[in-house]
Amino acid sequence: MEQKLVALSGNEAVAYAFKQARPHVAAAFPITPQTEMMHKYAEFVANGESSTEMILVESEHSAMSAAIGSAAAGARTFTATSSAGFALMWEVVYIAASLRLPICMAMVNRALSGNINIHCDHSDSMGGRDAGWLHLFSENAQESYDNSIMAWRIAEHMDVRLPVMVNYDGFIISHTADALYMLPDDAAWKFIGKYNPAYTLLNPEKPITVGPLDLTDYYFEHKTSQLAAYEKAPAIIQQVSDEFADLTGRRYGFAEEYKLDDAEMVMVLLGSSAGTCKDVIDEYREKGVKVGLLKLRTFRPFPAAYLAKVLGGRKAVCILDRSASFGGQGGPLFTETRSAMYGQQVPVHGYIYGLGGRDFDLRQAATVIENLKKVAAGGEIADINLLGVRL
Amino acid sequence: MAVNLKQLTQNEDLLAGGHRACAGCTGANILRQIMLTAGKDTVMGGATGCMEVITTIFPYTAWKTSFIHSAFENCAATISGVETAFRSLKKHGELPVQREKMNFIAFGGDGGTYDIGLQSLSGAMERGHNMLYVCYDNEAYMNTGIQRSSATPLGAHTSTAPAGSVKQGKEQNRKDLTKILVAHNIPYVAQTTPYHWKDLATKVEKALAADGPAFLNILMPCTVGWHFDPAIGMELAKEAADNNFWPLFEVENGVYTINHKPKDPAPVAEWMKKQGRFKHLFKPGNEHLLEASQAYVDSEWKKLLKLEAMTAE
Repeated sequence: MEQKLVALSGNEAVAYAFKQARPHVAAAFPITPQTEMMHKYAEFVANGESSTEMILVESEHSAMSAAIGSAAAGARTFTATSSAGFALMWEVVYIAASLRLPICMAMVNRALSGNINIHCDHSDSMGGRDAGWLHLFSENAQESYDNSIMAWRIAEHMDVRLPVMVNYDGFIISHTADALYMLPDDAAWKFIGKYNPAYTLLNPEKPITVGPLDLTDYYFEHKTSQLAAYEKAPAIIQQVSDEFADLTGRRYGFAEEYKLDDAEMVMVLLGSSAGTCKDVIDEYREKGVKVGLLKLRTFRPFPAAYLAKVLGGRKAVCILDRSASFGGQGGPLFTETRSAMYGQQVPVHGYIYGLGGRDFDLRQAATVIENLKKVAAGGEIADINLLGVRL
Repeated sequence: MAVNLKQLTQNEDLLAGGHRACAGCTGANILRQIMLTAGKDTVMGGATGCMEVITTIFPYTAWKTSFIHSAFENCAATISGVETAFRSLKKHGELPVQREKMNFIAFGGDGGTYDIGLQSLSGAMERGHNMLYVCYDNEAYMNTGIQRSSATPLGAHTSTAPAGSVKQGKEQNRKDLTKILVAHNIPYVAQTTPYHWKDLATKVEKALAADGPAFLNILMPCTVGWHFDPAIGMELAKEAADNNFWPLFEVENGVYTINHKPKDPAPVAEWMKKQGRFKHLFKPGNEHLLEASQAYVDSEWKKLLKLEAMTAE
């Protein structure tokens, strides 16, 4: 497949990807750093390049609520948000998943208030990790674009029927011009295809009731059937990703394994920091240090068995969280990964880094590797460590 | 356009019996009346509240049209999404069955409308969706146990502003939501009650025919929250219009019409006396609160007359 090499910001790339899915409805409310993505989309509509109906709501709560109404009516629907906007949606984010509505959402990761901060960390989406959405993470504009194409196929698959959020780091990805390959419109459309809703509010000959009161006698069974979808989702994600690889040559799974084959030491993280780590890993590899990176793509569903397998038998593993879990045992990626590795003899430690957009630089990545070396040699380190902060 | 009773009685009842409303509930009656006029090509949306709870306890539904409930404060936004989906699917030729027009009706109680859902409602009205929002106003949060709302009238006893030895129920007048909706400059805004079936049906018809958003505020006497004999709900609805507590009026493209001008309005206290929520106001020492209630009703009525005169063409 011939693809066009373009220079776009992450926000622009995602706007293009969503446009190529020909959604019927988009609901939007501005919040930095998501704004530019919706500006771009509004331009498409204003110039007749997209026939999506936009609902320019008065809050993120209404953005998700309108998206729920639209998706329940059988329309392909998306929205986008960041940080406090996602926090305001909170209540209805759960409802979108519980009603099994395949809404797609661009989640431009930004720190939560307070204090107010507009820069990247993952505290926003991590706050909603148990809300029932599928969470895909991206390292750069290319992955943001690719995830935004694949998201529709995953969300709308009959075995899944769940909303998907495509996470990409605020400013670092959203506002940085980056080179990426884009599918031609017709190829993207052929890959994504037309949406066939299972149910719609808009058929008066087949009326349905959506969102009834669900009490002690049925709620649990409904949650059980929802839980089953997360069991089925991994296979669908892999299937869609494989088809995407056949089309584009870009291969995705639950994670990217960077120099992992013979790695004795492994860093695990999400998002744009992977690029920095890869550079530093390359330097250490030249010095003969067997270190590698596991960059997780699917945080939900969490690929526990996969992680246990890939990380098993290593000499040391560390997990980097770009969000804190206040009062908990390290960040969410740490606790879940360590739990996945329960029963293994691999020493695992964690870091909290990059909160509020604090740069993750080469030196920090090198510190992480130096610590991994120490642990691999039998040294001790705290369970949870802070990285890049003045103490 | 003219509503006739014979026709209404022949229309299909789209709210099935067997729902869980209290005996004497006038809210379920309001929904049935709306549906008789709206007909089958309608999507209903309910805010969390009595009418949502009583019509859709899984695995049952009383709705013979499509219905969606998502949350308490977002019914207007939710239905605005359904309406937009309809327009978009129609434009793309992808409707499941062809319809030139469908009705999109959101409803909520006064809690879901005057209070927690006001922002969502305001946004949807301003955006100009082709939808009707109906508030069934029973003047408190009845579903959660009769807490005061911004629609609760002065002096009414509620569970969060109770009458006690020091305080005498709600200390503020209710706010005028209908006029807030008028200020949105939408094509159609009106008030009515379930007793006035012809007025109600006419207003639903006009609201659904309007080119753009419409709003109906319907007083809903609540036997549980107002403390009255379940047999007299409709009577109380009638009297509220006869004593100017709840005037029947409509605002069509900014022009006010009062649909019912009582010749000799009875004192509001007579109406209040039939309701347990005002019982304490009839104790010695609380006369000033009855007077204040009357004064509020009188002054609002005068304002309404002025608005009608002012906007007359």
